[in-house]
Amino acid sequence: MQLHLSPRDGLPIYRQIVNQVKYLVAAGRLAPGEELPPIRALAEQLVINPNTVARAYLELEQAGLVTKRHGSGTYVSDAGSPLKRAERLKLLTQRVDALLAEAHHLDTGLDELITLIRHRSKNLPPEEAK
Amino acid sequence: MTPSPDRSLRPVISIAGLSRRFGPRLALDNVSLDVTSGQVLGLVGANGAGKTTLIKHVLGLLKPQTGSVRVFGRDPVADPPGVLGRIGFLSEDRDLPMWMRVAELLRYSRAFYPRWDADYAEGLRRQFQLDPAARIKHLSRGELAKAGLLVALAHRPELLVLDEPSSGLDPLVRREMLEAIVRAVADEGRTVFFSSHLLDEIERVSDRIAMMDSGRIVLAGPLTEILESHHRLTLRFERPPGRPPAMAGALRVSGEGLEWTVLCNGARDEFAAAAKRLGAEIVAEEAASLDEIFLARVGRSASALATGEELK
Repeated sequence: MQLHLSPRDGLPIYRQIVNQVKYLVAAGRLAPGEELPPIRALAEQLVINPNTVARAYLELEQAGLVTKRHGSGTYVSDAGSPLKRAERLKLLTQRVDALLAEAHHLDTGLDELITLIRHRSKNLPPEEAK
Repeated sequence: MTPSPDRSLRPVISIAGLSRRFGPRLALDNVSLDVTSGQVLGLVGANGAGKTTLIKHVLGLLKPQTGSVRVFGRDPVADPPGVLGRIGFLSEDRDLPMWMRVAELLRYSRAFYPRWDADYAEGLRRQFQLDPAARIKHLSRGELAKAGLLVALAHRPELLVLDEPSSGLDPLVRREMLEAIVRAVADEGRTVFFSSHLLDEIERVSDRIAMMDSGRIVLAGPLTEILESHHRLTLRFERPPGRPPAMAGALRVSGEGLEWTVLCNGARDEFAAAAKRLGAEIVAEEAASLDEIFLARVGRSASALATGEELK
């Protein structure tokens, strides 16, 4: 699991970890049952306070994305799939919001934007549409 | 690593109503601050904000003129051995005995601290790649900082006090220093009180932060809470408002014409309602970075301070 912190992101570090783990799970780069690095190891790897990692893991656990197994470690939940779709939609929603905002500023109406999306989608080469 | 509740409630440093004057200048102005066991408190402020003066009070090097300072429940001025032996300290000017060699520094420090851990010290020396035969006065700036940190860490103190630990260091050495500090926190849940003007470093290492400006604490609290309660909003007006929009909780307003950026502190729902009342719409909303929060809280005086330094 490779996470990258960005000081320019503006988001608190623990939230960057939560978002990136969610993204890795949604993208299938972290599989159900896979173990996350121990808190201490990730803290040392990212050079951050271990409490920050603990807080991120707790949030991921509360969101049902990971489960703590007693006395061992933190694992990606098996029940990842239903959440995965919700997470995917959430990730897309952020992109869509940004696109809508930009369209608004460029004085482009919703219908025009949807037409453009359909048009672009048709132009995608088949392998990328998979 | 998780501190038990009673342990985490124990204040290691307790500062109440502390003021300090140097001639006409008020260096500390009614400072109150607690650091509890196992916490990492990052003290942020521009040069001259009072960080080092505050740290000197914690170490008992300065006697409070007004107010009180307690470390481990004791007065550091009245009881230096009861306090200093339990603190690992790295000063900004790394005052190490320049005539010694690295190996001598380790032996000398070992005699000083009954709880010195020779294996740990040797491990740090290797990790920091410090040559035992090198004279302290011949060490580079980065090596000097690492030697200072080694001495601060190797007696496994309950409290680590670091004044600008990575000031003036290149990114590689800074990372080595931070790694050692993070490991010390991870290993033993040690209490850390450190100052820095590098906000990235503060954000990485701190549980809580305190921002200082002109001798006062202008903002203190858990880092995450502070980050999550500050927002950067961009307002778009139907008609130019003519003057900067006034919103409760706004710390800094900039812009012109139809669009204005407001850095504000508070619940985000309230800002949407406030924007609507002003005849504006929130067109962009982002989490404020620690940099932006710092500038909004101390910006004016920080720039005044920079000008003051240029005049010197």
